[in-house]
Amino acid sequence: MNRAMSYTSFADLGGRAGFGPVVPEPEDERFHADWEPRALALTLAMGAAGMWNIDMSRSVRETLPAYARLSYYQIWLAALQRLLAARGLVADDELAAARMLYPPRPVPRVLRAGEVAAALAKGSPTARPATSTACFRVGATVRTRDAEPQGHTRLPAYARGRVGTVERVHGMHVFADAHAQGLGEQPQWLYTVVFDGTELWGASATPGLRVSVDAWEPYLEEAA
Amino acid sequence: MAHEHDHHHDHDEDHSELGEMELRVRALETVLTQKGYIDPAALDVLIDTYQTKIGPRNGARVVARAWADPAFRDWLLRDATAAIASLGFSGRQGEHMVAVENKPGEHHMVVCTLCSCYPWPVLGLPPTWYKSAPYRSRAVKDPRGVLADFGVALPDDTAIRVWDSTAEVRYLVIPQRPAGSEKLSEEQLAELVTRDSMIGTGLARPPAS
Repeated sequence: MNRAMSYTSFADLGGRAGFGPVVPEPEDERFHADWEPRALALTLAMGAAGMWNIDMSRSVRETLPAYARLSYYQIWLAALQRLLAARGLVADDELAAARMLYPPRPVPRVLRAGEVAAALAKGSPTARPATSTACFRVGATVRTRDAEPQGHTRLPAYARGRVGTVERVHGMHVFADAHAQGLGEQPQWLYTVVFDGTELWGASATPGLRVSVDAWEPYLEEAA
Repeated sequence: MAHEHDHHHDHDEDHSELGEMELRVRALETVLTQKGYIDPAALDVLIDTYQTKIGPRNGARVVARAWADPAFRDWLLRDATAAIASLGFSGRQGEHMVAVENKPGEHHMVVCTLCSCYPWPVLGLPPTWYKSAPYRSRAVKDPRGVLADFGVALPDDTAIRVWDSTAEVRYLVIPQRPAGSEKLSEEQLAELVTRDSMIGTGLARPPAS
C-alpha cells in the first residue's frame, strides 16, 4: 500500500450535507449510558499520564475509519485504545483477556485523586511568549492556504483557499499541526479570521452570515 | 488493532451494544489499574466533577454578572479569561476564553466543526448534539436552519456570526438580557440563562410574569 498519500480526517464536517436535523437535549442530561462517564474519565486520566498530547488524541480520533458510525464516547474509547497500543502500554490481547498479561511500562505521571481538582483548574494553556513579530494585523485581508493536508490540521476544508479578514490576534500558541506529529510545540501566531458567508458558500449563502475560524499563521498568506 | 471495527456491526438491539461497551470499558479500566497507570479513585473524582460541579450554571453566573454589572461586562468582553476566573471558573478547555455579545440585529453562535471543542469550565461537558454531525456540518452554513431545529426564529435582518472553535480559544455567548428582567437580582437573572443561549442555539428565558 502506498503510504505517501494525503491525510484523511473523517471529522471535518463543516458545510457537508445529509446528516439530518439537530436533536436538542435537556440541560441536565450528562451521559446516556453508565460506561460513558468511565470512558471520559479514563481518557482524561490517561491524557494526564503524559504519553501523548491532545493534538495527538484528536489526530487518532479523526482518522478512525469507523468514525462516522461511532458515538462520540465510542470514538474517544477507540482512540484511547489505539494510543495505548501504539505506545506499548496496553496490548489488544490484554483487553480481550480483561487483565494484565505483560509488565507495565513506566509513564511520566499518574493522576491521583487528590490532584484532580488542581489539574483541571490549571488546564493546559497553549499561549506562549512571543518570539517573533506577527505577520498580520487586525483588519488585514488574508487568504487561507489551499493545500491538501498531509497530517493533522485545524484548518477546516470549507475554509481552505478563502479570503477573509483578520479580526483578532491571540498571540503565539502551540501549533496543533506540529504538536500532533510529535514535532514539538513550534508556537505560531494565532488569529481569528472572519469570512463573509458568500465567500464560503456562494451567492446562496444566508444573508448577513459571517463565519470565523481560528487560524495559525502558517495557514495564511497575504491576499493580493 | 482496529477495535472500532469489532463492535459496531450488525447489532439488532441497543442492549447488546450497551452491554458490550460496558464490558470493554471495564476491561480497559481493570488493565490500566493493574498496570498502575491510573488511580481508580481519580476516575470517580473526575466523573463527580463533571456530573455535579462543573456545568452550565457556572456560565449562567458569568452572564448574570455581565447583565447586572456593566464594568464586569466590559471586562468580560475585553479579557474573558480573567473576568471568568474572577468568579472561580478556569482551567481545562477554558484556558483561553473569548466572550461575544448578542445584540439586536447581531446573533452569535459557537461550533466546533472539527471535533467537540467547548468551554468546559463555564458550560461543562458538551451536549450530544454539539458533538454530532448534524450540528457540526450545518451550523457554519445554515445557522437559521439549525436555530429552527431548536425552535428559534430570529428576525430576517439579524446578522448571524458563527465562531468555529478550531484552535484552543473557547467562546461563550452572552445572550440578550430579556425584557422585563430589570428588577431581578443577579441570582434570579442566572435562572434565565440557558445552556443553549450561551452557545447561541437558544435565547435567554423571559422572566416569569
